Amino acid sequence: MEILVCVKRVPDTSENEIEINSDGNDIERDDLVYSVNEWDNYAVEEAIQIVDKVGGSVTVVTVGDDESEEVLRREMAMGANNGLLLTDDAFEGSDGKGIATILKGAVEKGNYDLIMTGAQADEGAAQVGGMLAAMMDYPYASLVNLIEAGDGKLKVGREIEGGNQEMNEIELPCVLSIQTGINEPRYVGIRGIRKVASVEIPELGAGDLGVDAAAIGEDAAKVKRVDYFMPDMGEGAEMLEGSTEEIIAKLIEYLKAKGGLK
Amino acid sequence: MAEIFAYIKHADGVADDSALELFVAAKKIAADATVTAVVTGSGADMDKICTEMAAVYNAVWKIDNAALAYPNAEVVRKALVNTLPADSIVLLPHDTFGMDLGPGLSIKMDSSFAADIVGIEGTDGGALKVIRQEFSGQVSTHVTCDIAAGAVLNIRPGVFQYDDSKAGGDVADKSGDAGDLSVKRTFLEVVEAEAGDVDITKSEVLVSVGRGIEDEDNVEIVFDLAEAMGADVSCSRPIVDAKWMEKSRQVGTSGQTVKPKVYMAMGISGSFQHMGGIKGNPFIVAVNKNTKAPIFQVADVGIEADILEFIPELQEAIEGL
Ligand SMILES: Cc1cc2nc3c(=O)[nH]c(=O)nc-3n(C[C@H](O)[C@H](O)[C@H](O)COP(=O)(O)OP(=O)(O)OC[C@H]3O[C@@H](n4cnc5c(N)ncnc54)[C@H](O)[C@@H]3O)c2cc1C
Ligand SMILES: Nc1ncnc2c1ncn2[C@@H]1O[C@H](COP(=O)(O)O)[C@@H](O)[C@H]1O
Repeated sequence: MEILVCVKRVPDTSENEIEINSDGNDIERDDLVYSVNEWDNYAVEEAIQIVDKVGGSVTVVTVGDDESEEVLRREMAMGANNGLLLTDDAFEGSDGKGIATILKGAVEKGNYDLIMTGAQADEGAAQVGGMLAAMMDYPYASLVNLIEAGDGKLKVGREIEGGNQEMNEIELPCVLSIQTGINEPRYVGIRGIRKVASVEIPELGAGDLGVDAAAIGEDAAKVKRVDYFMPDMGEGAEMLEGSTEEIIAKLIEYLKAKGGLK
Repeated sequence: MAEIFAYIKHADGVADDSALELFVAAKKIAADATVTAVVTGSGADMDKICTEMAAVYNAVWKIDNAALAYPNAEVVRKALVNTLPADSIVLLPHDTFGMDLGPGLSIKMDSSFAADIVGIEGTDGGALKVIRQEFSGQVSTHVTCDIAAGAVLNIRPGVFQYDDSKAGGDVADKSGDAGDLSVKRTFLEVVEAEAGDVDITKSEVLVSVGRGIEDEDNVEIVFDLAEAMGADVSCSRPIVDAKWMEKSRQVGTSGQTVKPKVYMAMGISGSFQHMGGIKGNPFIVAVNKNTKAPIFQVADVGIEADILEFIPELQEAIEGL
């Protein structure tokens, strides 16, 4: 099975406190630690496991800049066979639809049976996979937490509310968005990264992909972020202050009053 | 202004909470908008849901077809594309169904898409201004969405609380317009979640732990604290993903819905999918080392601390009582 996995380089929220810059038009990007979007790691792991079982190859692709290459290399160190960096000044300012349009260009240049994305990325949009599928006229299933490969089709489980699982049969080629927990992504050490450090990663721009410049970038974006702001704290929590002993004493008073201690 | 349609999610004859929340959201786009509820499905429940929605919405469109008996998003998408006017504004809940349907629907209707909307500030010409969040709620953004050629808007569940407002209208049967509903994804069955060794839905006091616990070896201190308090242990999703606890202990939209008296959120950031599993307005204590964590907006009491140090100290103090 030929599998394409879409990955995105994002600020790592477990390593950074996200703050807004002084102009309010972006987050503070200096000193941010970036990594591959959490969900995408699960997608790459799943792709590798499928190929281990049924044969084929895994290609990882990202739309980004030069620095995005590092996430491709990381996923190749996990075991993805090929990387593709889609980069062009014309891509800048694309909305979700623009990103999906660019990825469609990469899908059409290959011969993939299965395309995977993460369920969502840093903006919490959960949109690129479903858009790409609809543009390709491929069937789509989101929030997939189980895949069984069959002949010309897959059996997939979707995570739905309450921890229940919705089982579906889906024809290939298709697009799946992957939910965390579907597997346990393997660890990547420095050694693994070193091994793929010199592997050539092709870079493709708008022209190479044959994407219409009018359909991508800032001018084509129908959905635009205007600014960043801190959410209204509302009442917010009463922050307990003082020494640890004082804080704990106050907390215990509250817990007693609210029935939190037996 | 284009017509506004709200997709009504329902199961077993009961409308989802989002069904009426979308009416409130639609009226925020334009107070005088005509808002139509779209009810898809098949069988006896349809009329009951349609009648309920007709009491609130300006109109109801009923699409009854055996292929829609289970809401397979691929089938629903076709039914909507075939039935709705091209420049419609379509409202969906941003849940596991809306995430499945919304993005692709916007492509097929050639309209814009905005996900997980938590606020609606109104329209300015052809643009709708909405509020979204990024980085799991750590920062908010204003976003403009060009709705001139229609839009699909996914609305976060629970944000636009239903307020008893009503328009009221008639049910129109649009089943004949649904057209070809054949798709390449077939729904098979729903597999119910397995029960675990504790039923946290019945717990009165929960010590709940998130990614802040950092390592599997540290999970023990949470159980020790819970034991001292006479509480049960629950967790956020990453703890289950890492297989450090059973799925049955996960609180949230894709886990359990809990209704304790006291909820202690330890090293949990407070994403909406986590908070969506906490009902009954408990007293929430949040312990987190990041004072900007969204959990502090919804907690009653907040403590800025490292849980790895704080939890054992609290346990000791409680044992000393
Ligand atoms: C469709 C869907 C369904 C989902 N369903 C659920 C669900 O049911 N339940 C759920 O929980 N999530 C769910 N999620 C995931 C959700 O979006 C968040 O990713 C998740 O809730 C984050 O868990 P967390 O708060 O433990 O981790 P994080 O967001 O990483 O937060 C960890 C927090 O711990 C703090 N911290 C770190 N170290 C320490 C320390 N030593 N001491 C004190 N504080 C510390 C950090 O400041 C941070 O605030 C779902 C996601 C999707 C897309
Ligand atoms: N710039 C990008 N390059 C490659 N894949 C992306 C990009 N942005 C989003 N994706 C994919 O789409 C998924 C969902 O992201 P989003 O729709 O932005 O929430 C991610 O997990 C990725 O798999």
